[in-house]
Amino acid sequence: MSGKASEIPRAPGFTCATAVAISVVVSLALLAQPAPGQPPSGIVHPKNQRGMSLHELGEQLFAGNCASCHGSVGQGIENPRPNTGAGNTTGQGPDLRGVGAIAPDFYLRTGRMPLTSPGEKPERHAPFFNDREIRALTAYVASLGKGPPIPRPRPHGQSLSRGLDLFTDHCAGCHQVVGEGGYVTDTNVPVLDHATPREIAEAVRVGPYLMPSFSKRDITDHDLNAIVAYVRHSRHPTDAGGLGIGHIGPVPEGMVAWAVAGFVLVGVCAVLGSRLRKS
Amino acid sequence: MGFIGRAFLRLLHALSKAFAVLIALLHTVRPRRRQRIVAEGEPSPRWELAVIALLVGAACFAVMFIVIYAADWRRQTQLLGLAIGGAFALLATALIIASKQLVVSEELEEEYPEVGDPAEQLNVTQIVTETGSRMTRKRFLKGAAGAAGAALGAALIVPAASIGPVLDTESLYYSPWRRGRRLVDEEGRPYRATDISNTTFYTAYPENVDHEVLAAPIVVVRVVPDRLDLPPGRDDWAPEGILAYSKVCTHAGCAVSEYRKPLFPPTSPQPAFVCPCHYSTFDPATGGSVIYGPAGRNLPQLPLMIDDAGDLRAAGDFSGPVGPSFWGVRS
Repeated sequence: MSGKASEIPRAPGFTCATAVAISVVVSLALLAQPAPGQPPSGIVHPKNQRGMSLHELGEQLFAGNCASCHGSVGQGIENPRPNTGAGNTTGQGPDLRGVGAIAPDFYLRTGRMPLTSPGEKPERHAPFFNDREIRALTAYVASLGKGPPIPRPRPHGQSLSRGLDLFTDHCAGCHQVVGEGGYVTDTNVPVLDHATPREIAEAVRVGPYLMPSFSKRDITDHDLNAIVAYVRHSRHPTDAGGLGIGHIGPVPEGMVAWAVAGFVLVGVCAVLGSRLRKS
Repeated sequence: MGFIGRAFLRLLHALSKAFAVLIALLHTVRPRRRQRIVAEGEPSPRWELAVIALLVGAACFAVMFIVIYAADWRRQTQLLGLAIGGAFALLATALIIASKQLVVSEELEEEYPEVGDPAEQLNVTQIVTETGSRMTRKRFLKGAAGAAGAALGAALIVPAASIGPVLDTESLYYSPWRRGRRLVDEEGRPYRATDISNTTFYTAYPENVDHEVLAAPIVVVRVVPDRLDLPPGRDDWAPEGILAYSKVCTHAGCAVSEYRKPLFPPTSPQPAFVCPCHYSTFDPATGGSVIYGPAGRNLPQLPLMIDDAGDLRAAGDFSGPVGPSFWGVRS
């Protein structure tokens, strides 16, 4: 259990936007306070990057931003121990030897890494590094061991109905049927509105944080293309017959029906009737 | 003069006659000037204009509805709804304004007569007694009427039995799982032990059984055997660390469709099944015990075995009744 276990999950859909807003504010607040010993931004960007090779840059970025938790050569830190690298945080993090390019690319491009402390929940954020830095770090982590490359999904022309079938089977339990996200106990499930096809494919294979990961045996590359096609489609469903109201199911629809229509009806009654004037 | 000319003349004659009759009728029907019953009210041309404008607006919306429907413009059912809704809203507003501002109204009060006149009451009692004087077997009649009433009342209540098994709860214990029954996926392909990875979870059904049967769907996961801490007597229920539980939440019967699987366990919450309805959370490694949420009892576990061909089979039935708790089921 993490330190924020007291966060009680609420009904899905009911306060999705509020929860997202709160989590954004909380994560911003967390990021605003850099760990002691780190530069104000909390992120180390080496100087004179132009003169460095990609590998050299990756190595320097890793040492400055990642090694405190993932170990000096990416060997990981199983048990928490006072850090000897950048910052004075108590480091703890997984072994990165053999994760390949897929995991660092996902975590860095979605701004989920680096974390301020090991217990923090990785959540989507604007990337902390520029494109070249991300490529350098990804290449460096990939060079630590033999691992999978970055996937190249091809959603174009894939069957949406097949994608829907697969998405409901494997993903909708947590991400909701049109990818609006939700909760599992102890964390929230991200909305898929901003995920690029590459990030979707990476997440399926990596299984970030509490998400299960799916091998090519569980979900073939071909099926994954259909899932990506469906997720892209789900951002703009047709909404035949009415407004989507956030696409988060019957709860907001019922609230609209009761709150809005109920108030209108009471208002009409008030307009229609008149008070008997007692003489 | 030809035939047509004569016919025309005859038609004209008939029309003038009908006109004369109409005039006469109107004359007799027209009321004489009588004393007013309703008090005279001030004319209010502004409100009249408002009502007329609203009515015209309603007509416009209605015409818009027809146009949108006929044009089938972008198949926008919302626009159709908006048009007809607008028409009704304007019509209603016009009627409200007309009734409140244009129709002359007055408030009248009338005293009610006193309730309960003693002489009248005596009369009624006498009438009731006398109308019953022909009946000789009064008690018998009363009993029959009571029986009819009671039976009808019972007939109204009895269909409530359809809501659920009340006395016969046997069907709630039904499970299609037997020792040796194979686990298959949605399409009926058998699951092999090697298909089950330890990074995700799988939904399985009993072979050749309707998937809609309450106890049919199960969730299957693989955990590291060292982590297993199953209740006593279940030592051989999880071959190779593969576990199976009912997919029906023991709280309200939703499908347990969420599985949280930490990528880096030391800094993450433990692996668990989570029900998306009310967030009951179950630990697969300890026999489906409840670690969070409103569920009152563990997820029923299904013992597994691996046959010689490597296929997963049930090694028996569930550890307890499947689905939400009911009378008599507490653990």
